[in-house]
Amino acid sequence: MQAFAELLERLLHAPQRTAKLALLCDYLRRTPDPDRGWALAALLGTLELPHAKPALVRALSAERSDPVLFAWSYDYVGDLAETAALLWPEPASDARAAPPRLSEAIAALAAAPKSRLPALLADLLDRLDATGRWALLKLLTGGLRVGVSVGLVREALARLGGVDPVRVEEHWHAQAPPYEALFAWLEGRAPEPAGRDALAFRPFMLAHPLDEADLPAIADTLADWAVEWKWDGIRVQLVAGPSGARLYSRSGEEIGASFPELLETARGLDPGTVLDGELVVMRGEEIGGFDELQQRLNRKRPSARILARCPVGLVLYDLLFESGEDLRPLPFAARRRRLESLLARCPSPRLRLSPLLSAHSLEELGRLRRAPPHPAIEGLVLKHKASPYRAGRVKGSWWKWKRDPFSADLVLLYAQRGHGKRSSFYSDYTFGAWREGPSGPELVPVAKAYSGYTDEELVRLDRWIRAHTIARFGPVRAVEPVLVFEIGFEGIRRSSRHKSGIALRFPRVLRIRWDKPAAEAERLAVLEALLETRARAAAA
Amino acid sequence: MSRFAWLEPRPEGLFVRPGGFFLDPLRAVARAVISHGHGDHARPGHGEAIATPETCAILEARYGREAFGRLRPLPLETPIELGEVSLWFAPAGHVLGSAQIVLEHRGTRVVWSGDYKRRADPTCAPFRLVPCDLWITEATFGLPVFRHPPAEGEIAELLRAREANPERAIVVGAYGLGKAQRLIALLRRAGYDRPIFLHGALLPLCALYERLGVRLEPLLPATTTERGRIRRELAGEIVLAPPSALADRWIRRLPDPLLAFASGWMRIKQRAKRRGVELPLVISDHADWDELLATCGEVGAEEIWITHGREEALIHVLSRRGIRARPLALSGYEEETD
Ligand SMILES: [Zn+2]
Repeated sequence: MQAFAELLERLLHAPQRTAKLALLCDYLRRTPDPDRGWALAALLGTLELPHAKPALVRALSAERSDPVLFAWSYDYVGDLAETAALLWPEPASDARAAPPRLSEAIAALAAAPKSRLPALLADLLDRLDATGRWALLKLLTGGLRVGVSVGLVREALARLGGVDPVRVEEHWHAQAPPYEALFAWLEGRAPEPAGRDALAFRPFMLAHPLDEADLPAIADTLADWAVEWKWDGIRVQLVAGPSGARLYSRSGEEIGASFPELLETARGLDPGTVLDGELVVMRGEEIGGFDELQQRLNRKRPSARILARCPVGLVLYDLLFESGEDLRPLPFAARRRRLESLLARCPSPRLRLSPLLSAHSLEELGRLRRAPPHPAIEGLVLKHKASPYRAGRVKGSWWKWKRDPFSADLVLLYAQRGHGKRSSFYSDYTFGAWREGPSGPELVPVAKAYSGYTDEELVRLDRWIRAHTIARFGPVRAVEPVLVFEIGFEGIRRSSRHKSGIALRFPRVLRIRWDKPAAEAERLAVLEALLETRARAAAA
Repeated sequence: MSRFAWLEPRPEGLFVRPGGFFLDPLRAVARAVISHGHGDHARPGHGEAIATPETCAILEARYGREAFGRLRPLPLETPIELGEVSLWFAPAGHVLGSAQIVLEHRGTRVVWSGDYKRRADPTCAPFRLVPCDLWITEATFGLPVFRHPPAEGEIAELLRAREANPERAIVVGAYGLGKAQRLIALLRRAGYDRPIFLHGALLPLCALYERLGVRLEPLLPATTTERGRIRRELAGEIVLAPPSALADRWIRRLPDPLLAFASGWMRIKQRAKRRGVELPLVISDHADWDELLATCGEVGAEEIWITHGREEALIHVLSRRGIRARPLALSGYEEETD
């Protein structure tokens, strides 16, 4: 537990991904089974522990210290787990029992009936130091929030075993905590784990962004490439098994409960079928935009009303397994033919084939990309007809060529210091657009961006911001609203959280317009009109 | 009428009427007795300032000789008579030269703690407990969440971080008077004998500590004119800087700096996180909660006044123990200088 607590604390303070990765690798190397496996599950939030309600922690803590002192301390610290950990009376060091191992603590907590939980928790806290108590309470009250993603864990494991992260991912989803077989394989103590669940997730094949420099090579071999639209939905994998179905997101997260109509659709498929496609709002022939899809995201149990209002379906890209047969080694063209005949055999209004486009020259390709027929299309994907389905972002097999993003000239309003290496630079910016206020034109924030400029530009911006500050609020500076930026963005959506009522999607700096007067920056009304065009196009 | 009515809170600070002087006054006065050299206790401009010889040297270095009409050094444990009051200094263990101010008047003894700590500190004389009738104490860390771990463990963490990051400069934010020198002395005790690099603002006080007999060498300035040379030199080295420099452009000269910060406030992880500190070091020159409470008991005072910090929790606990305690409303002492 102490080693895990130390890891957690260091992860919390480590600013960069590389530092977090190094900490994880070091921990995995030094920590024995089964503790390290449980630690990974805890970091990724997949542990199923009896949910200790904050009320229990609060009551236990107030009982051991003093309710008045607890209240003042909580007020000051602002975090329940940390307050309780710091307030817990420190037993004399010679009276302290040995600290529990992480695996021991988890096993005890998982097995404890509700009535035993307070006594068990108190005993565990008595055996830990302040950092250990903090880690345990964080674990129990949920939300470690130390910036560890599945991707980071995968990379750490790959590094431990000296293997490709893709191979780790392949097994990761088939194994359960504490992942002992996985570690045994990675450390060369056992063969690669076999025996996979029919419903397991298979890692996605992803397209590599296309660079202008790659175009000539593609132009020479245009006939070898299949061209499809790149839809602006969420990429998913639909798995039909003998005993049910699963729907996975790109990171391998199971999201079927949010989209019951797709699990229902999977029942019409042969067991052992794995489909790859884009999840979009689908009403008969009509496909909705990302705005609409957003209403379906992050809803664990969608209501009947929302299911009727925004029904979803899949635009299918690929077929990975058919009746248990692994098609991934086959060339794309062969998989595509199998996918077409599968859909002809088992048609469903929720499943639609991604159309293949025809382009005989780069110019035609460019026209398709620039003027897609639907607002929910964000560009093209080019797939080599001979390419097998390989996990990860394989360069040279699949390319994505995105439509140019939208852009707008906006005025810099606020700047905030960045993190880690950038912590001495004002690198995070808020931009505004003009609207007619009660006392004349005013700027309202519409976007935040912290990328898209060069290091040299950052230095120059930082100097400019320090010289043009008009107010400071903690780490944030308000600046004279005179500097214009050209901001690129992928789309626009309504947002009740923003004063302007809209938010730009994926905004980034395209250019700093040192030359442009702020009065010539974009008006909010123009951005709003963009929103409406999109909505109309989506409805058409 | 209280036994302690001869002590008067005034806008300038606490006035000792029968002696005609103020304790750590917040504004310039005719006669001041100063507990230690931190800016919130020692202001310039007094007609006469009485302090320990080390504190006098620090005041001179900070403000210049001409900032006071007269600087009167008074060694520890050496009573003098001022009006009807007998005054002497007892060591406070806070920073070099720091003292508790002991006042005796008509059979009553009052002790003004200034800032103090009970832990050992290689750079200054250890705290001496002086039994008294009235104990006027600080309460910077007056909440039970503040318990300082042993400083040696934190220093070990710092050295471990340095070993693990040979490509990075380890930059430790530390207040310039006391904390910086204590860190250096603790590093030396832990066997670290490489040069320690200092931000320019820390150089004069470290030199003064050396002159006053606290061994810190070898020390080198972190800032020179030639940029390229510094970058290579400081990878894998420990650099000390005042806290304000951590968010300053100065830090960009250092190779991939790893930010550490030595302060009692680092006990609160969320607070460290907010400051962008990668390596929080819980090292404080103030008494923690347990020490505040223990000292309030050990001095055996019939009454306790609390000057600055978080007094409500301390008053709550003391009153449950039957000790009369109340806040002494003097604004102007800062809590952040640790
Ligand atoms: Zn002080």
